[in-house]
Amino acid sequence: MELYVVQFLTGLANAASLFLVASGLSLIFGVTRIVNFAHGAFYMLGAYIAYSLTIRWQTPLGFWLALLVAATAVAVVGALLEILLLRRIYHAPELLQLLATFGVTLIVEDAVRLLWGPEDLVGPRAAGLSGAVSVLGRPMPVYDFVLILLGPAVLGLLWLLLHRSRWGLLVRAATQDRDMVSALGVNQKWLFTGVFALGVFLAAFGGGLQIPRDAVSHFMDLSIITEVFVVVVIGGLGSIGGAFLAAVIVSELNAFGILILPSISLVLMFLIMAAVLVLRPWGLLGKPLSRARSMATREAAAWKPLSPAGRSAALAATIGALCLPFMLGDYGVGVASEVMIAIIFAISLQFLMSVGGLDSFGHAAALGLGAYGAALSVQHFGVSMEAAIVIGPLVSAAMAVVAGWFCVRLSNIYFAMLTLAYAQIVWSVAFQWVDVTGGDNGIVGVWPSDWASSPAAFYWLTLAAAVAVVALVRHLTFSPFGYALRALRDSPTRSATIGISRQTIQHIAFVISAFLAGLAGVLFAFLKGSVFPDTLSIASSVDGLIMVLLGGFGTVSGSVIGAIVYKVSSIWLMSNTDFPRLILGSLIALLVVAFPQGIVGTLQIWMMRSRLFAGRPQEGTARLAETGGLS
Amino acid sequence: MTALLEVRNLSKSYQGVKAVQGVSLQVAPGELLAMIGPNGAGKSSCFNMLSGQIRPDSGRIHINGSETTGLSPERIFRLGVGRTFQVAETCLSMTVRENVQLALQSWSTGLLTLRAFTGRLDRNFRPQADALLALIGLDDEADRSCRELPYGDIKRLELAIALAGDPKLLLMDEPAAGMAMKERILLMQLTSRIARERQLAVLFTEHDMDIVFEHADRVIVLNRGQLIAEGSPQSVRADPAVQAVYLGSGALYAQGH
Amino acid sequence: MLTLAKLNSWYGPAHILFDVGLEVKAGEVVALLGRNGAGKSTTMKSIMGLVDRHQGSLIFRDTDISRLPPFEIARLGLGYVPEDRRIFTDLTVEENLEVGRQAGRSGNAAWSPERIYEIFPNLAEMRRRPAGRMSGGEQQMLTIGRTLMGNPYLVLLDEPSEGIAPKIVEQMADAVTLMKREGVSILLSEQNLPFARLISDRCYILEKGEIQFSGSMEELEARPDLREAYLAL
Repeated sequence: MELYVVQFLTGLANAASLFLVASGLSLIFGVTRIVNFAHGAFYMLGAYIAYSLTIRWQTPLGFWLALLVAATAVAVVGALLEILLLRRIYHAPELLQLLATFGVTLIVEDAVRLLWGPEDLVGPRAAGLSGAVSVLGRPMPVYDFVLILLGPAVLGLLWLLLHRSRWGLLVRAATQDRDMVSALGVNQKWLFTGVFALGVFLAAFGGGLQIPRDAVSHFMDLSIITEVFVVVVIGGLGSIGGAFLAAVIVSELNAFGILILPSISLVLMFLIMAAVLVLRPWGLLGKPLSRARSMATREAAAWKPLSPAGRSAALAATIGALCLPFMLGDYGVGVASEVMIAIIFAISLQFLMSVGGLDSFGHAAALGLGAYGAALSVQHFGVSMEAAIVIGPLVSAAMAVVAGWFCVRLSNIYFAMLTLAYAQIVWSVAFQWVDVTGGDNGIVGVWPSDWASSPAAFYWLTLAAAVAVVALVRHLTFSPFGYALRALRDSPTRSATIGISRQTIQHIAFVISAFLAGLAGVLFAFLKGSVFPDTLSIASSVDGLIMVLLGGFGTVSGSVIGAIVYKVSSIWLMSNTDFPRLILGSLIALLVVAFPQGIVGTLQIWMMRSRLFAGRPQEGTARLAETGGLS
Repeated sequence: MTALLEVRNLSKSYQGVKAVQGVSLQVAPGELLAMIGPNGAGKSSCFNMLSGQIRPDSGRIHINGSETTGLSPERIFRLGVGRTFQVAETCLSMTVRENVQLALQSWSTGLLTLRAFTGRLDRNFRPQADALLALIGLDDEADRSCRELPYGDIKRLELAIALAGDPKLLLMDEPAAGMAMKERILLMQLTSRIARERQLAVLFTEHDMDIVFEHADRVIVLNRGQLIAEGSPQSVRADPAVQAVYLGSGALYAQGH
Repeated sequence: MLTLAKLNSWYGPAHILFDVGLEVKAGEVVALLGRNGAGKSTTMKSIMGLVDRHQGSLIFRDTDISRLPPFEIARLGLGYVPEDRRIFTDLTVEENLEVGRQAGRSGNAAWSPERIYEIFPNLAEMRRRPAGRMSGGEQQMLTIGRTLMGNPYLVLLDEPSEGIAPKIVEQMADAVTLMKREGVSILLSEQNLPFARLISDRCYILEKGEIQFSGSMEELEARPDLREAYLAL
């Protein structure tokens, strides 16, 4: 009994920091509609700066002053970031914004390594609060009691700020309709910067609060960001009260999960999130989001099957690709195989995103399940490569049948969050179920059959698969099924009234996409001879997103180009620089600002403009201007 | 039962607010029934219950002899109901013809058979789609992207899409909204003609009283979720209760037709 | 009060307005008539700085507003009531009005919630109600009231009668007349000619992004050919 009480109190104390970070994320999302992936990075940065200050100022006042100064400093960095980067992309598609903030996360990770070194740092106890009190005979840190009180106090302050000040009123109004607020004479830019800085302040303060309890490390950002995503989704995006409630639920779950079933505590959290989303699609205290503004304008031009000229070009590119092994060495051919696999992975995601409008943040699940499915069947049943190539995708598809049933009940950002949760569940199973998956050590010894064991032969195998998959996806896009899927993206309302059943069609698309990504996973396993949980990580999902967005998600198969450009440059960066994340992150941020429509999409727009400016305006665009809202 | 649409005692509340209370109505084949009333009177809720977007709390709906209460929009489509929206809902990324072809394909074969995965949509049901487009006078625009179309044409395209499922009942929510005066009249003339020729029952809402009094065979008036008047356009127009809650003095629409 | 000359606007790559010129004098109600897609809303959005790109001269009370961001234009005393109303549905009626509040201006009647409630008595009865739970007509009143809270010299009213019950349209006409009497100038875009006729002093006709006619309402009455050609009556 005593143990449970102490665990409960510890859970409450854990909730404080989580709530601070989550409320900041929720606040920022509410007003700017940006899912700030960099929020974890700010949390980490807050912790690092606070660490450096607290070891110098070891007095009761000094500790809290250090936290405040650190959080303020990070808030200033956040405000600068908002002004320099985010202001340029508020009107870009949501996913690009996510990508840009992911780029920032990469930059911060390397910057922290550069400034504080790679080791974990253990900070001092909070001066004056380092003792413990006895709760039912068990010791409980005084500091934890402070945290338990701090959470509700911050919640109260935020409520007062939002409901009792004019600034708060404007923030609430902007949460609903930011352009209208501006048309009423409010300087929206500074409102956004202010909200962003406040949100970042809360995250950084939350990071500083952890110093007396945990070591400071550069893994803090990704571990907190997934947890925070779960919290804001359970609580409802944009709801501060919801964030508090969900932070408490998740923290208590962790506190007791560790007692009861330590190995599945991670899975448990995501299962709760999935359950909440299915029962209350907008979270516990959230509201349905207003319809995304740019959903129907993804493509620059109407999609058409390839013209004869396009077919010839595709054929020529394929022949050129066939000849590559005669021009490259073994290393180069290996890289080329990896690029082909990336193409399959990217195009499978593009089918889901561009045609289906289903933005998956967790496509790594499909990739990794294919890889693990194949590797496990090779390891445990000794099947051949040929059989594994069939089994892997089927495993991925079978899991997608189950996960898809939940996911397609939601749409937009919530769909994205649930797919992220799905991928994290699969990841944590692969990571924690050591007996079967080998955990962190992965599965090794997954080698191709003899005929495909030379680099060139394996490359041709991946090339054949890539060509087949791209052709198949293009075919599906122009099949009646593909049109039905696109109709659901364009207008769910219209689709329902012409007999298109949303969940069934989208579910099928989800499974098809997972099957194809699974194929990429199998090939990847055989290319590397091994599988590690990394394949299932957030970074791997983000790789897919980058390739699609870079290629242009308003296109049918622009991600082919995106995959080539991204894979080649990231492989080069990884092997040629000491701080690849710093460079990659900056590159992503730059690309997002320069090519918001992706490479292929931007090219298409330039072509269309040059045609349009030659003639009179199109009536239809005029109509959009008249009815398309303020912006 | 001769009515094609038969609604009895339909009710719906949201968080304790009664949006629709005990509404009953019938529409016969070939008849145009207008539903009018102030904003927030429950017209949209009624419409959404008829087409399956929301589920009624109580009451029953029969369409063409089958009970449709609480069915999904997809099922209701299969029973022969076409729907147009106040703000036109079409697939903007497709061409005009593809919009109609998709509806035709859905109606004829569904979209979950093997054929939905093998063929190419733009090669299927072309003649039928072109015939429908000719009927509404959009045949010249068939290959244009829907995004490039003027709004008036999009509203007409919606009608073609609604007709693709060979409906017995058309539900039109403010068909004239956002159109120019001349386009409004043409659209409603076209609708009346098709309704008579194909013996369609048409239920529509409208704020343009010139359209209502000119084209409706019968008018029902909703206020605060309840039916307050029903009858010929002339009698509804002369009804003092309707004037008090909705029509006003009549200064703002043309007098007499 | 407001003078537009040679206004050209683009939406994305498409050129929408061609050399539009118009003028609103102090105390006037001017109607901008034309079909859907003629460019009426784009004209209003261009004045407020809400289109992708525009060129030409926009002078509001001796200030060149063509390069200003929307919020600065609003702060000069130019109010905008968009066609789709865009009230803040989660906020109460009172809070919606409060968002629109700006400091008083010289030579201009100062508006307060109490005075707004006088013009729109319906609103007074529902001060603490979330605006999302009001009817379309009440929302239209609220969005006008919200704009008046900024104490504007000139209000741009974009299709105030669209989708509103005839009875509410009559109330709207009364409100516009009252605003005019209080010294607020109004530029109104409309398709509903009877409504425009009831409240306007002068009018312009816009078609395919160009001004086709300008004159008094009486002059328009005398030209059935114009109404036939451009308003499709």
